Amino acid sequence: MLSFFLKRLAVVVPTFLGVTLITFSLIRLAPGDPVELLAGERGIDPARHAQMRAELGLDQPLAVQYGRYVWQLVHGDLGHSIVSKETVLSEFLTLFPETIELAVCAVTFAVVFGLPAGVIAATRRGTAVDHTIIGVSLTGYSMPLFWWALLLIMLCSVTLGLTPVSGRISVIYYFEPVTGFMLIDSWISGQVGAFASAVRHLALPTVVLGTIPLAAVARMTRSAMLEALGQDYVRAARARGVPKFQLMTVHALRNALIPVVTVIGLQIGVLLSGAILTETIFSWPGIGKWLIDSIARRDYPAVQGGVLLVAAVVITVNLLIDLLYGWVNPRIRHAR
Amino acid sequence: MRGKPVAIPLPRLGGPLARFWTDFRDNRGAVAGLMVIVVIVFTAIFADGLAPHPPNQQFRDALLVPPFWQAGGSLKFPLGTDDIGRDMLSRIIFGARLSLLVGATVVTLSLLVGVTLGLVAGYFRGVVDVAIMRLMDILLALPSLLLAIVIVAILEPGLLNAVLAVAIVVLPQYARLARAAVISELPKDYVSAAKVNGASPLRFMVITLLPNCAPPLIVQASLGFSTAILDAAALGFLGLGAQPPTPEWGTMLANALQFIVRAWWVVTFPGIAILITVLAFNLLGDGLRDALDPKLKR
Repeated sequence: MLSFFLKRLAVVVPTFLGVTLITFSLIRLAPGDPVELLAGERGIDPARHAQMRAELGLDQPLAVQYGRYVWQLVHGDLGHSIVSKETVLSEFLTLFPETIELAVCAVTFAVVFGLPAGVIAATRRGTAVDHTIIGVSLTGYSMPLFWWALLLIMLCSVTLGLTPVSGRISVIYYFEPVTGFMLIDSWISGQVGAFASAVRHLALPTVVLGTIPLAAVARMTRSAMLEALGQDYVRAARARGVPKFQLMTVHALRNALIPVVTVIGLQIGVLLSGAILTETIFSWPGIGKWLIDSIARRDYPAVQGGVLLVAAVVITVNLLIDLLYGWVNPRIRHAR
Repeated sequence: MRGKPVAIPLPRLGGPLARFWTDFRDNRGAVAGLMVIVVIVFTAIFADGLAPHPPNQQFRDALLVPPFWQAGGSLKFPLGTDDIGRDMLSRIIFGARLSLLVGATVVTLSLLVGVTLGLVAGYFRGVVDVAIMRLMDILLALPSLLLAIVIVAILEPGLLNAVLAVAIVVLPQYARLARAAVISELPKDYVSAAKVNGASPLRFMVITLLPNCAPPLIVQASLGFSTAILDAAALGFLGLGAQPPTPEWGTMLANALQFIVRAWWVVTFPGIAILITVLAFNLLGDGLRDALDPKLKR
């Protein structure tokens, strides 16, 4: 297991270094001079300009600059946002729980509805029920998220008045953040209305962000179940007279879960991409909206640090999934 | 006692192409997808003749006119008009042209570059392989839309840059597929035969290997159309893709949020166009996969 871990790590470290190279080039390739960007609209006189270039190390050779950049990264220094003057890391860490909260709810939504839908479709293969589930999930899979969000706002918020249009919680509630997760914090605060408000604000973004994972889970569950149902051990169990429900859940579903879990793991990138659109539309104060706002404001240090941290999250999650597989399935661990 | 006559399925005859077509034809969803795509292509080609008005013509006396079946609507603007009096239907028809163009360009670019990278990596292995595949891993480590947004932000927003960004973002999928296909084909006898016959690497890769690696790439290319159209529309929606007044479906939705209360048609129709197009390509891709992948054949 240790050698498997080290092998995986040997792949991850160069990948991460590569990402730092991309984020490093980002600020140098972007149009505009970084010093002028820092100075903002007021402009800057030439002497101060040269001085700032020296301070920022921009007069050094690129290799030295890159080395210094990585050195700072290793020490947790991702620079300061031009707009807020806060460190990029602290901004990211403040907003990240909001995105995690949304993503976790979206995945839960996807699994709670997608898994049963896939099982039902597989057990009724070829029937109208099966065709409907396939059709609906392919439609969900093809959905332009931003339009889906607009449509749901139009229906649920404007026409029916069920949910708020945007934001995280109604402004009338206040409580000290404890965990950074609004659902948990509002629950701890003991204000029933606050919790209800947080849930109502969460509903639509969850559905929007969860739609594509939901479709992916339903499709994968269906095909994995069909494959499992054709296996000899399921036939043997059926021959032994195992009740149908038990046959489906214990014998077929458990074995079908491996590819389904893989699909859920692969959704992390999709989720973060979707979070950018979902958060922008619903004014959700998470990483996605922050990145889009930072790009619009040309706040390059924030973009640079944000992209790097998002990549770090994706790489870490993928590494953890790989390790989990290696742990669960020895065949993967010992391959090649 | 004689039972009902039983239909015995005939063995399927003909060449690989005919066999593929009979398999594909059985999949009703895929055929429907193909038909929709044909209609969209037709619409795109004859947009000038089909659209009732030029896409950017503003009818100042007809702002936010509802579709014809609603009170106040007229057949002059079948799907209504937007906030500056442009005909929705005409803009959507011209949008088909852009979306197909975006899809085709992205798929061609990413297919060419991605397959080349994958072929080279799989054929030469060693350092070249490691270098190429690590580069692909780096691209995969970033969420696709975020990477595209960053690329566009560097290159300046615009349709062409959006197309480039989306093409770069999807490269790893093609490279990985091509590499995996090459590696699984290399130990086969026909490959050894070609090598013994002294085929040059280039001839060998393009003429001998590539056709045998084609099926997964064809499927991916079809699904790639939908990804490209979706991503380009998302960039347009965020204001980073095609710029107004270009009648691009995503761009048309960019400021639709403000019309949610008073003009549902401005919000609804461009999205339906995106959804139908993407769905059609996904149906086609699924059908191609079933018809081309012998493992899934019943």
